[in-house]
Amino acid sequence: MSRFGGSKNKEVPAITSSSLSDIVFMLLFFFMVTTQLRETENKVIVKLPEASEVVKLERKDLASYINIGTPTKNYQAQFGTDARIQLNDSFKSIDDIRDFIAAERESMSEGDRSFMQTVIRADEDVRMGIITDVKQELRRCSALKIMYASRKTE
Amino acid sequence: MAKKKTPAINSSSTADIAFLLLCYFLMTTTMGSQTGLSRRLPPMPEKDQKVDDQKVNRRNIIIVKINSADRLLAGSEPIDVSQLKDKIREFLTNPTNDPNLPEKEEIDIEGYGKYPVSKGVISLQNDRGTSYHAYIAVQNELVKAINELRDDFAFKNYGKPFIQLTEEQQDIAKKAIPQNISEAEPKDVAKRR
Repeated sequence: MSRFGGSKNKEVPAITSSSLSDIVFMLLFFFMVTTQLRETENKVIVKLPEASEVVKLERKDLASYINIGTPTKNYQAQFGTDARIQLNDSFKSIDDIRDFIAAERESMSEGDRSFMQTVIRADEDVRMGIITDVKQELRRCSALKIMYASRKTE
Repeated sequence: MAKKKTPAINSSSTADIAFLLLCYFLMTTTMGSQTGLSRRLPPMPEKDQKVDDQKVNRRNIIIVKINSADRLLAGSEPIDVSQLKDKIREFLTNPTNDPNLPEKEEIDIEGYGKYPVSKGVISLQNDRGTSYHAYIAVQNELVKAINELRDDFAFKNYGKPFIQLTEEQQDIAKKAIPQNISEAEPKDVAKRR
């Protein structure tokens, strides 16, 4: 019975590591797909206020962001140091919010539109005047679900 | 001629390359989701709708005002942010059935039964000059008061904190202690325009 006898060539077979790269690539693709690199450049400085009772944003894909703060250094010469509104990639005024919300709404599927949420990312030093204006405009566009972005503290 | 054998390409380094890329994406991924205070704005009143048709009984409303120097006024007395939570708790629970504090209405909550639900409404008013972080601090205190009341309710009835309740139980607690925060119609906006 040579099948069981051969103890001479009893070598530990090398573990094939060829599938290792496949596994890692799979992980890699997962992260590549889920990663969302910052799609818009921040043109305003936003230091979020702190709050302890925060909740998580449920659907990231249904959120549209309104940034409010002072322009960053390289834009200050052009736009001054007063708090400005940034929508998508450029400085906008209160009146542009209507178009912005309409465009955001348009890009969502029919069923998701009622769950749309507007996240107000405002710097903690801005005055309420500008935020009140934004809120009034949002009410006028009936984008009523809002969230005041804030950092969690204990 | 001997048969030319193509040498196998050494593939052991692909794993390393992939790992490197993997680490890069692991680092840059923002898993930490956005957090904040969720609110629902009241819809814009219709043009021909009377403003005063939703009159709330005076005892059922507490007006929290923040002025441009970030000072607080709750009800009629100036207070500090740290005291606001207890003030709101007292306002919403009305433990002694004080006639100056909001009345309660027995509401039949599905799956629970009757519960005296407070009719209190918190009205938050601010000045154009109020700073945002003061505003958020006040909002936070209001939510904290309501969350604590919900926690109390959860402990009393289910022996667990609010977040550990099932979804139905959370709904019951939310109905028993509603979050009635009204962000009042800005008054100075009209003046400016």
